[in-house]
Amino acid sequence: MNELNKDAIRDLLYRMADDQLILGHRNSEWTGLGPILEEDIAFSSMAQDKLGQSLALYTLLHDLGDKDPDTLAFNREEKDFKCCHLVEYPIGGYEFSLMRHFLFDSSEALRFGMLAGSSFSPLAKIARKFRGELRYHTMHADTWIRQLGGANEESRAKIQSSLEFCFPLALGIFEPSDYEKTLAEQGVFPGESELQKEWLAHIEPLLAGSGLSMPDVSSCKPSYGGRKGRHTEHLKPLLDEMTEVYKIDPSAEW
Amino acid sequence: MSLKSLDPRITREGLPETHDASPLGEIHHWGTYEVFHQTKKGDRHIHVGSVHAPNPEMAYILAKEQFARRAPCVSLWVVKTTDVYQTNYRDEDMYENNPEKMYREAGGYKVMERINKYKKDHPQNK
Repeated sequence: MNELNKDAIRDLLYRMADDQLILGHRNSEWTGLGPILEEDIAFSSMAQDKLGQSLALYTLLHDLGDKDPDTLAFNREEKDFKCCHLVEYPIGGYEFSLMRHFLFDSSEALRFGMLAGSSFSPLAKIARKFRGELRYHTMHADTWIRQLGGANEESRAKIQSSLEFCFPLALGIFEPSDYEKTLAEQGVFPGESELQKEWLAHIEPLLAGSGLSMPDVSSCKPSYGGRKGRHTEHLKPLLDEMTEVYKIDPSAEW
Repeated sequence: MSLKSLDPRITREGLPETHDASPLGEIHHWGTYEVFHQTKKGDRHIHVGSVHAPNPEMAYILAKEQFARRAPCVSLWVVKTTDVYQTNYRDEDMYENNPEKMYREAGGYKVMERINKYKKDHPQNK
């Protein structure tokens, strides 16, 4: 077998790790403010899972010769981040955070499912390791969406409008990279468009079963740019806040 | 004017600023579910606490993070608290044991003396 393309793999790892880091940080902003105590704890715990997943991927990048995980997480320029726009938005109302959680984690579970068979075995191992965590995350998200979609007119209207707001942002998860062909040919990852297809087929019945109508994909302009380092206005303030303590003394031992 | 607070949960309720007590609807007051935790297959499910939830599905996903986040777990049961029937504490004297019925308890049998005597008399069977 040919040598795997390291640049292609690194690009894929940064996308995934940056999404998890930023969304994990965002979701942790609900800690102490969740709608009820039990949900506050559950959502915070899942935010922590996200940070743990990003650590595993940053560690893998470090093994490939990049800087150490803390430096990658806390000491990179905004333009070097490869996260999609969906994860950058402020937490908004709980209906927005839940919808983002539903759309993102369903795509992540499918992505990890694909990666479990990746030819890049360290990544396949990580993908298998987090399968259980993601199973709970998607079960949590699916249950909440069904709950709010079916509760009353107010909750249904709120969650439907969140869906419509989030949808173009969520399509940005699948922004193609310059390495799609290489990754697919080398058996590392089947590709973003393949994943998007699976994801649409996966969420459609879940949304319909929750009494929600899925926006029309063909008339929806995906929010691209994040994967190329072009971000929304929300990322910079988040990075500043996230790295505030770290930047006081980057060499400090924790 | 509705009540504004630093806590968004209060603000969100749109409560009047006056002190009139108004009844909260069911949506504000979820019932509770009792949670039972099983450590490994075949073991008993053991009661570990309760969660607030509007239905069993929600109870299950909330219970998972409260009670099965760290300890090993293979299965959870959730049961609506109001579906649990219980005896009343005013009847608790019915559980008291009569001290004259020691023979009903394992500790009521004094056998060690007899065992030791047997061992002494039959050293070859030790």
